[in-house]
Amino acid sequence: MNELQLAPIAASQYAGEVDKLFWVMNALTVVFTIIVIALIAFLAARYRKGTNVDRSNPSTHNTLLEMTWTLPALVLGLGVFTWSARLFADVYQPPKNAREVFVIGKQWMWHAQHSDGTRENNELHIPVNSPVKLSMISQDVIHAFYVPEFRIQRHVEPGRYTNMWFTPTRVGKYRIYCNVYCGTQHSEMGGWVVVQSREDFEKWQAGGGGRPFYPGGISAPTGDISLAQQGATLFKKYQCASCHADGPKASAKGASLVGLYKSMRQLADGSKVVADEGYIRSAILNPNDVRLANTTGSMPAFRGSLSESEVIALIAYIKEIGTGTPLEGGRPDNVAPAANTNTQQWRYMYGGEQYQ
Amino acid sequence: MSTATLKDVGKSHDNVKEPLNYLNATNTIKSWLFTVDHKRIAIMYLVAVSVAFLLGGLAAGMIRVELTVPKGQFLTNDAYNKVFTAHGVVMIFFFLIPAVPAVLGNFVLPLMLGARDLAFPRLNLLSFYVYSAALVMGLAAIIGGGVDTGWTFYTPYSSVYSNSNVALTIMAAFVAGFSSIFTGLNFIVTIHKMRAPGMTWFKMPLFAWAMYATSVIIMLGTPVVAITLALVVVERTLGFGIFSPEIGGDPVLFQHLFWFYSHPAVYIMVLPAMGVINEVIAANSKKRIFGYEFVAFSTMAIAVFGFIVWGHHMFATSQSMYLGLVFSVLSFLVAVPSAVKIFNWATTMYKGSVELTSHMLYAFGFLGLFTIGGLTGLYLSSLATDIHLTATYFVVAHFHYVMVGGTAMGFLAGLHFWWPKMTGRMYSEIWGKVSAVLVFLGFNLTFLPQFVVGYLGMPRRYHFYPPEFQLWHVMSTGGAFVLGVGFLLPAFYLVHSLKHGEKAGNNPWRAVGLEWLTMSPPDTHNFHELPVVTWEAYEYFQESHHGGDVAPSRFPFDDEELHLAADEEVHV
Repeated sequence: MNELQLAPIAASQYAGEVDKLFWVMNALTVVFTIIVIALIAFLAARYRKGTNVDRSNPSTHNTLLEMTWTLPALVLGLGVFTWSARLFADVYQPPKNAREVFVIGKQWMWHAQHSDGTRENNELHIPVNSPVKLSMISQDVIHAFYVPEFRIQRHVEPGRYTNMWFTPTRVGKYRIYCNVYCGTQHSEMGGWVVVQSREDFEKWQAGGGGRPFYPGGISAPTGDISLAQQGATLFKKYQCASCHADGPKASAKGASLVGLYKSMRQLADGSKVVADEGYIRSAILNPNDVRLANTTGSMPAFRGSLSESEVIALIAYIKEIGTGTPLEGGRPDNVAPAANTNTQQWRYMYGGEQYQ
Repeated sequence: MSTATLKDVGKSHDNVKEPLNYLNATNTIKSWLFTVDHKRIAIMYLVAVSVAFLLGGLAAGMIRVELTVPKGQFLTNDAYNKVFTAHGVVMIFFFLIPAVPAVLGNFVLPLMLGARDLAFPRLNLLSFYVYSAALVMGLAAIIGGGVDTGWTFYTPYSSVYSNSNVALTIMAAFVAGFSSIFTGLNFIVTIHKMRAPGMTWFKMPLFAWAMYATSVIIMLGTPVVAITLALVVVERTLGFGIFSPEIGGDPVLFQHLFWFYSHPAVYIMVLPAMGVINEVIAANSKKRIFGYEFVAFSTMAIAVFGFIVWGHHMFATSQSMYLGLVFSVLSFLVAVPSAVKIFNWATTMYKGSVELTSHMLYAFGFLGLFTIGGLTGLYLSSLATDIHLTATYFVVAHFHYVMVGGTAMGFLAGLHFWWPKMTGRMYSEIWGKVSAVLVFLGFNLTFLPQFVVGYLGMPRRYHFYPPEFQLWHVMSTGGAFVLGVGFLLPAFYLVHSLKHGEKAGNNPWRAVGLEWLTMSPPDTHNFHELPVVTWEAYEYFQESHHGGDVAPSRFPFDDEELHLAADEEVHV
């Protein structure tokens, strides 16, 4: 047991702000509770049966009095709401320069794919003081990616990307928890966010990643190509180019993918959508659900034949098509010995020295 | 008449013959099993929910023992998951939802309204059997292998992935829902149609308002969750794609439908307890509830607005930011005025004549714990703090403050308050107070540490946890044992009172309200003659200075009158 602490370490740009709000709310709660308890104790003692006090003309109703406690409480409440809502809105606006990492949740492990092709299981290496945006999806049930030191969590759902972003502000190792109940080993579905100084992070990248750890499930294969390059390989393998030519003009068979990302698409059902990661994912897996206006809908559905991990690589590639920027080079990945017994996963997550 | 003769009169009743009442009118087992008397059905419900509470409590005890060590004590992962699911399912569907309405409401509501029974006595009996069938199904599912989804049954885990008895458990919750619907329907019709002559809506006790509001929520909300749970079973057994994205469904849809009921369900659990607190505080302060109309209207307002805040359970899901903002502000607008009711209860004591009986101590416990429960709810309606705290032990602590500190304390307050009316006997007041104090202290020791460990980031439903959280868990487990003793005590002294308790008399607490007009225990038909109500609810009078209360002549406060009244009964 460590020394007593009342709040986790504050390790993101957001954590300190949440702590401030939390302590203000604590103060309000304590004051309000003391007022209630003091009022009850005072009235119960003073008007206890048999005490000799004035009980004449008791009032049973007083609108003014009720307003004097309702309105201030309401104003305080709305004040807290406004403060909190402004912080929350920030969570939905990742900065443009945020480093994007894809995260896949799966019973009972986390898998991260960096844009340079590095993959990690149950660990997430990021440099300090630089914003990170996680695009997350689940391969089975609902999970949640939760790092208390960052004071933030988001559900990781099957079939839909969710995002969260934060700027780690403190070097260190922080636990990742899955925080939506997901079955037998829910309490062991976790790992570590490793926040490193810029130099250490670059060293880690150059060395091909740190200590990939897989208790089974998605393998993290050796690869020396970036995520987008992996996508390009898949693009070839599944012969996407036979319909989606990489020029700016649509071919006879399929729409052009140049400039697709974040563009507005007119769908056959009349609605308009922004082509974000979620849209591209649907368009690959279930193209008929998001068929474009004036198209025949002849694209085959890739549902069942592509893994979430492959879809992520394809999206990374499609985002780059026609942008003219050369695909980022990859870095070699280390292969770490698989360690996949429950005990090892438990030790990895919780084992202090006393459990070794 | 001297005191000695009064005692003799009392004794002679013991030896000679008790007046006929609902308990001794008939004695066969069949007369209980097929009774349509709301009072007997309430007693059967009391036995059934007590069994459920005991079983749910045992599961809680197992959880607490298991969590004293970061690596667990004696359960496997799967067993632990099944135990916390059993705790939640049993406590919510079989104790918290039915406890106050089906036991206390069933017994007291017709008496309060001056009615002979509920509007549909047979439906009332059916409700009890439907509840019992559901309880048996639920226990069969739990004992015959268990279920591991958590009481929230989140999809697609429940509908596709779990390998446990999900369908049977869900059917049990589904069937239990019908028993609440029957009770709710019965209460609504009874309140509309069977009030005694002269009892207008604003002359009703606030407990009746609470029962009405609760019944409205039950009628509107329960069908939604019933259908939602049925859809989970359809997806699970027939493979129709409703919630699982692999077969074309949407997992978040389940959460919307589930919380559309399950948030109002919080009010199904807590409004009845608030109703009890009104009665107990008025009777023990000998005062009309401060701001009667405000409390009555806010009760109804909670019932309505409770339906538009469900999304605050989903701030961390893929729900859009704008929905989150709307649900958050609505939650603040609803929560603040309802929390303010605490002040109405406290100020009721002003210029009253306060008696610190055991039920009043339980009511004080309710006020203190519900205040903390309500205020910590604001941390979770507040968006920025919620996405740190949601699904941690902070949430666990918060809803136990509301559900145990609110509903269970309210239930115990009401049970102690109306016990003499229900059984005709007085229980040990000393033990009653000991129990109230133990429950209050044990409760805080159990759940205050959980707020801290929750803010530290301890997720709920975790079998294993980081070693640095151990101290908080050990404190919590220690508190749970005190709490358990506090909850067990009433079982002993209340049962003991059935045989050995003093006779209660019609009105032991010197309270007003139609239920105190009739004898204890009441006659099968409740009243010998139907009362005609010409007075307001809570019509208490104070003597100006020494805090004695003055009885309106129609409520026989005086022991002498009581015995005389009882005397008359014998010879009728």
